[in-house]
Amino acid sequence: MYRQAQWNEPVIFKLGGKGRRGCTLPTVDDDVGKLVGNVADTLPKSIRRSQRPRLPELSEVEVVRHFTRLSQMNYGVDSGFYPLGSCTMKYNPKINDLLAGATGLSELHPDQSEETVQGILEILYTLSQWLAEITGTDEVCLQPSAGAHGELLGALLMRACHKRNGDSDKRTELIVPDSAHGTNPASGTMAGFKIVVVPSNSNGTVDLKALKAAVSEKTAGLMLTNPNTLGIFEEDIAEIADIIHEAGGLLYYDGANLNAIMGKTRPGDMGYDVVHINIHKTFGTPHGGGGPGAGPIGVCKELAKFLPVPQIAYDTKRKRYHLDYNRPESVGKVRGFYGSVAVLLRAFAYILSMGAEGLEEAAEISVLNANYLVKKLSEIRGFELPYAKGRPRKHECVFSVKPMSKETGVRAADVAKRLLDYGLHSPTTYFPLVVEEALMIEPTESIEKEELDRFVEALRQISDEAYSDPNLVKNAPYNAAITRLDEVKASHPKTMALSWRMHQNRNVIKAAASKV
Amino acid sequence: MPKTHAHPYIPNTTPETKRGMMQQIGIKAIDELYSDVPQKLRLKRKLNLPKAMSEQEVKKHVEALLSKNTSTRDMPTFLGAGCWPHYVPAAVDNIMQRSELLTSYTPYQPEISQGMLQALFEYQSMICELTAMDAANSSMYDWASALGEAVRMAVRVNNRTEAIVPKLIHPERLATLQTYVEPLKMHIRKAEYNRETGLINIENLKQLVSNKTAAVYIENPSYLGFIESQVNEIAEITHDRRALFIVGVDPTSLGILKPPGDYDADIAIGEGQPLGNHLNYGGPLLGLFACKGETELIRQMPGRVIGMTTTLKGDKTGFCMALQTREQHIRRERATSNICTNEALCAVASTVYLALLGPDGLRELGETIMTRSQYAMHKLNQMAGVKAPLFSSAHFKEFTVNFDKTGKKVHTIHEALLKQHKIHGGKDISKEFPELGQTSLYCITETHSRNEIDRLAKSLKAVLGRKR
Repeated sequence: MYRQAQWNEPVIFKLGGKGRRGCTLPTVDDDVGKLVGNVADTLPKSIRRSQRPRLPELSEVEVVRHFTRLSQMNYGVDSGFYPLGSCTMKYNPKINDLLAGATGLSELHPDQSEETVQGILEILYTLSQWLAEITGTDEVCLQPSAGAHGELLGALLMRACHKRNGDSDKRTELIVPDSAHGTNPASGTMAGFKIVVVPSNSNGTVDLKALKAAVSEKTAGLMLTNPNTLGIFEEDIAEIADIIHEAGGLLYYDGANLNAIMGKTRPGDMGYDVVHINIHKTFGTPHGGGGPGAGPIGVCKELAKFLPVPQIAYDTKRKRYHLDYNRPESVGKVRGFYGSVAVLLRAFAYILSMGAEGLEEAAEISVLNANYLVKKLSEIRGFELPYAKGRPRKHECVFSVKPMSKETGVRAADVAKRLLDYGLHSPTTYFPLVVEEALMIEPTESIEKEELDRFVEALRQISDEAYSDPNLVKNAPYNAAITRLDEVKASHPKTMALSWRMHQNRNVIKAAASKV
Repeated sequence: MPKTHAHPYIPNTTPETKRGMMQQIGIKAIDELYSDVPQKLRLKRKLNLPKAMSEQEVKKHVEALLSKNTSTRDMPTFLGAGCWPHYVPAAVDNIMQRSELLTSYTPYQPEISQGMLQALFEYQSMICELTAMDAANSSMYDWASALGEAVRMAVRVNNRTEAIVPKLIHPERLATLQTYVEPLKMHIRKAEYNRETGLINIENLKQLVSNKTAAVYIENPSYLGFIESQVNEIAEITHDRRALFIVGVDPTSLGILKPPGDYDADIAIGEGQPLGNHLNYGGPLLGLFACKGETELIRQMPGRVIGMTTTLKGDKTGFCMALQTREQHIRRERATSNICTNEALCAVASTVYLALLGPDGLRELGETIMTRSQYAMHKLNQMAGVKAPLFSSAHFKEFTVNFDKTGKKVHTIHEALLKQHKIHGGKDISKEFPELGQTSLYCITETHSRNEIDRLAKSLKAVLGRKR
């Protein structure tokens, strides 16, 4: 059994002591100091800080130990198997981190003259060309900072396109399947659309009849990932594209599952008009505990004129890369500067390491690994594979533990928590919404067979435990840094503490109340 | 030559393993797993990409490309304008390389992610201390997108249709704000500034703020580096009409400048990049986002929030994601925002940075930056025909340099500085704000030594002295 570090590490505000410092600053020359005087005194009183911020005071060694201990209480891809479905937690190659730390990138300012940044512009330009090739789109924009950010931009481009056609007041509806990621409806709403949900059919794919009934002259577009969140390829995609296009809408590709099809088929070829790419998924860049990511989008020619500025361009005559702001119909900007460059550079290096063949192989093995798990997990008591039995899954599979839950009371969440005791990260739970007691499992291509077998064996043992001693599973985990947490308490208005300040104020209130 | 080994990132590509697995699932060829992809949609050629390289070759190739850049380490550079050169202590970079933090995902399983969760709670707490706010989220993409989300949040709170921004706002932040609120069909109005001081024209602001105003936004320090000192008046005018007061900050100023919470701001946003994150050619950045402790504000806050709690047994303190019912993965189209992947690792970097500096270090940082930039202004302002800064207000870190009376264009001056003196000057803002004439924006931080500032002054003198 696995054991995670349990440091009982205090909140940093409780550490250190007055006068300690973890960092010194260069001193100002005496005569410079004399010349300009005490600058803080030159500040108008209305804007001078009167009380110092209550930050902790720590030596460097205390800071390093604190965060090292915290890191030991955290599980990453380098710690072990991380089959979080739809998140594509593949291995993050080390060379890419090394290259991203080079001063030729880390110390470049985004407003530098173009002649001083030809190297990074070439990297970004080339990457955008490669991503266009992989997705089968005409032009790629690297600006969005995350997948959902790309979605928002994609939806805004669709809106801009309809507006250009004088249709924006009419085309107010964006269609999403009931199995879609939550970001799809959220991004669509942010872009000003009303969300129309279409149900899945018994195969777990888009119900064509329902789709036909949902489209109208109000349809702005459809957001659809393919393979979908059940790991099933939407084989009617060409017909779906026709239905949407004939209704005057646009087709949006949620790139979360692109890893399964690289080199096999391309969203652009399937009829998609806008595509986002989750760099941190498909191209194996580290996810940093929640970011930074990068979410470039690729578009068809018709939408390219609406892309945000600047686009990175190459002037063949002058043989120079430059930032092109000349896009009069652009939607503007979705963030400052040009994108998560340090993340994008890692993707550039990743594609160099893989080549066309490697990317295709990654897709194939991610699918092979998923289907291997489908086969093995189907044999476990209490597990069932809903939808389209016998059909190959792509890079991920969604199991339901509804039978186990009915028979033993052990739910998907319990299975997930118990897995942690085995030193394995849990799959995504309770998603997609169309599956009850869902465990959504994505092994990726970077896992060796022996680890897949260990995972299967762990789930088999958990099943045995559920049927013999359900409380053992229900009270898990035992070996993680902490036992199960009270998540209701964390969100309840009376107990909520979203900062140390809030926590302390609450204690003051409590103390005052107890005196009354 | 046929391949004899597996790709380093794909262990199961060895023929035996692959064959064995295929056998177990009952297929003869991998292609059977793609049988449901219609033939007419198949890519019937290889992707047009370069041939795979070995790790050595990748390293050599990428390093060769990066060596075509001239970085701020290779030449004195005086650029800021939303992404600022600051020293990143070695301890920050070192912690960032801890692979348990670097390679983890969003902490959906809190029991096994306590490290990241506690670090992000500490981040939120430090941002609250800096800004004098009660609640902060665990990061947005950058200052610009945080502004877009802040104004959208204000609209959710009061359901109004206009926002007021300073006329001298950072143009990229304005552009991003406009993109974010375009679907809401909002009006963005610009408050005039006082030509002498650069500060908001209070009379004009009074005229603009109305019952339609969702929010009034100011930047402090402003885009052009001067400090907005009329904060109490602006807060009062804003709140008199029940609009929300949003303040954007550079956190390195908050050791010496009054925090937004102390002048009654409702939402504080800003750019966290200067706190321990490298320039990285403008990304990733770190969007700060904090608000007052009022429930209606917290409930409308976008982004991920980490909360302190206890175990179910109640025996230990721990951390988990809080208020998830506002978020897209639960609330879907009714979510406060679509953001999920944020800038968690950059947020941790800034936490480590702030822990290293502490309150006195942060104050000292602010004083050092201000002293050095004052010195630079003093040096440049002595030059014939040069006015630095253009506005009479106090400045922090950045300041305008006007060259109108030299008879030369900023563009020409900067090109000569770069070509003949290997110095990268400030940012040419003559196109962004034509009314300010031939003006550029210079940035001085703790990384700019006195020698570099003197060298800049000497070189500028040479450039300006030269007849064309």
